[in-house]
Amino acid sequence: MKTNGGKALMKSLEAQGVEIVFGLPGGAILPAYDPLIDSSIRHVLVRHEQGAGHMAEGYAHATGLPGVAIVTSGPAATNMVTPLADAMLDSVPLVCITGQVASGAIGSDAFQECDTTGITMAVTKHNFLVAEASEIPQVIHDAFHIATTGRPGPVLVDIPKDLVDANNPVSHFDDYEPSGHDLPGYSPIQKPDHASVLEAAELIFQSDRPIIYSGGGILKARAAEQLRELAELLDIHVVTTLMNRGGFPDDHPLALGMPGMHGNYTAVTAIQESDLLITLGARFDDRVTGKVDEFAPNAKVIHADIDPAEFNKVRSANVSIQGDVGQTITELIKALKQLSETKDHPDRSAWKSQISGWKERFPLVYDDWQQGEGLKPQYVIEQLRDNTPDDTIVASGVGQHQMWASQFWKFNHPYTWINSGGLGTMGFAVPAAIGAKAGKPDRMVWAIDGDGCFQMTNQELVTARLENFPVKIAVLNNGYLGMVRQWQELFYDERYSEVHLQPDLPDYKKLAEAMGCVGIRVESPEEVKPAIDQANEINDRPVVIDFRTEASENVYPMVPAGKSNSDVIVHPSQGND
Amino acid sequence: MAEQFHTLVVRVENKPGVLARVSGLFARRGFNIQSLAVAPTDNELFSRLTIVVDAESAPMEQIVKQLDKLINVVRIQELSPNDSVSRELILATVNLSEGTEDNIMREIESFDANVLSVGDKKIMVSLSGHPDVINEFETVLEKYGIVEVQRTGIVALATIAQ
Repeated sequence: MKTNGGKALMKSLEAQGVEIVFGLPGGAILPAYDPLIDSSIRHVLVRHEQGAGHMAEGYAHATGLPGVAIVTSGPAATNMVTPLADAMLDSVPLVCITGQVASGAIGSDAFQECDTTGITMAVTKHNFLVAEASEIPQVIHDAFHIATTGRPGPVLVDIPKDLVDANNPVSHFDDYEPSGHDLPGYSPIQKPDHASVLEAAELIFQSDRPIIYSGGGILKARAAEQLRELAELLDIHVVTTLMNRGGFPDDHPLALGMPGMHGNYTAVTAIQESDLLITLGARFDDRVTGKVDEFAPNAKVIHADIDPAEFNKVRSANVSIQGDVGQTITELIKALKQLSETKDHPDRSAWKSQISGWKERFPLVYDDWQQGEGLKPQYVIEQLRDNTPDDTIVASGVGQHQMWASQFWKFNHPYTWINSGGLGTMGFAVPAAIGAKAGKPDRMVWAIDGDGCFQMTNQELVTARLENFPVKIAVLNNGYLGMVRQWQELFYDERYSEVHLQPDLPDYKKLAEAMGCVGIRVESPEEVKPAIDQANEINDRPVVIDFRTEASENVYPMVPAGKSNSDVIVHPSQGND
Repeated sequence: MAEQFHTLVVRVENKPGVLARVSGLFARRGFNIQSLAVAPTDNELFSRLTIVVDAESAPMEQIVKQLDKLINVVRIQELSPNDSVSRELILATVNLSEGTEDNIMREIESFDANVLSVGDKKIMVSLSGHPDVINEFETVLEKYGIVEVQRTGIVALATIAQ
């Protein structure tokens, strides 16, 4: 049967089970938008292509399914670079379709032409420039395969306009079902090596002060259950990195929460003092390790990851296990149970009581609110946490509000925390929350955003209103680029350079209303809960709450950049000796 | 001490942009390339790259593993000097003068190099051989003044097991 590239593109996306795509049409992708009308796929029309990319990411984070974005050539493709880079660093499965100028015009500096595959080579797991219309079904099939298997990541497919244009004979070809993949250089290993698993199990039996250092790979591998089983079997504490918040329940007695630059004292110190890091789907990011040479100096390392390039990249491993981390944990549990028939674990009671001592002495704290001050941002987050359903999905931007959200929220379910960890993309929260709501329409979705971040992508609230995604946005408005302000206070002698944004412009309440949302302003502590309750009741449109927070508030604990984790600065009230 | 320069033989899919993917990876990860040679193989679906990398710029394990993540990279062989044969070709144009002509011709003869073109004041020569020999030959030519030189970069194959 004859088909054409445009029709085949839609059919190929449908065949992948795609139900929703985020995009914005333009010249080069125009012919592909015509068959979209007859497709079962829902299209969400964004206001800026970056929004489409982050929505697709939010959707992927919340559902585990690949997010799909479709945009035109040139400036649309360059607007997509940030979401692609974001998805690359956080291993988010994403398929992005971009239009390209007609085959014959490529390389001629045609209108809205840019070298999309060249530009995105460094920020995608792989990309394709389609050369013939008949390639489309196979390339789409391959793109989803690459995006979702092994270490997930973004894949871009660039398609010249003529190849999807039904009126152009070059777009015509005999339809076919792609079978299999001709990718001789791509065969991700899922199954862990048995000998390495045994070796890891032996190391655990020898360890006096083990810690499970769990990262975003746990969520990508849908391995939260296995992680919990392992921790409970061994009775070993678990730290969850920024990318794995929710991967282990915060209300579990073995949960230590987030490590790293703004991790809590116990998580940071337990890693630092440990003699064995059981590293599961984590990559020793510099925000976790601090000064690498002084990171967990006495620890041996077990490193389980799907991506072997992570082994020995930052920290050398005593045992490295390549494979799906869920399967690895299952195998490890088997090996540990077998070994326990002939062996005992060392007595770890001293280590455990040391950990409980730290927990007791250094909880996360903040100063009480004083009359005349802005709201305490931590208080706002606690109120949000305590007055929303336990399985609420929280998306965040990047900066102080992100760290406070990660610190003060209690994540008890996987896939409830969506943020930009690796790239640190300001403006991520609003579109990511919309994408999450699109994927999980029955769940409550809150974005915790900063005023700086909100001003980068808030236009997508128009999308949210029109497409009926009633997300709720808490803007922690301190009138500053808060994290930068904090660094200037602490490391640049309070010389504040270009960080003041001013809290009254824009008028967030009116801005929200202008975009068809409900806008609420909250200035005093007693207004916080009623405003949250009011927002929770609204389900027919998005809500924006402008929380006026205290500008001088800093995120603690803090490990200054380039310093050892042993030099962690705790909240001033807890003393730093 | 480990050798500074390592030779990688990389089989890649013969697809547009594959060289840009490889060189882009080296550039963005701060891996240094000493030389790079590319050519088709007996199978038109694949090309073969011989890359000499500077292992002081990054650990070899990282270079190989990051390279292996490229979807179009099919196979990577790391060749050790003891188990491989490497060759390089040099083309050079050298100044010629009455006083030096005899000496140059003797050097060319001793290296078994070829004369490709001769003018009044210049001579063009070529030599293929082990990279060390090529280095030596180039040093010799420098004495007479090199006008232009082009080396191919190293190509290598594993030696045949006995």
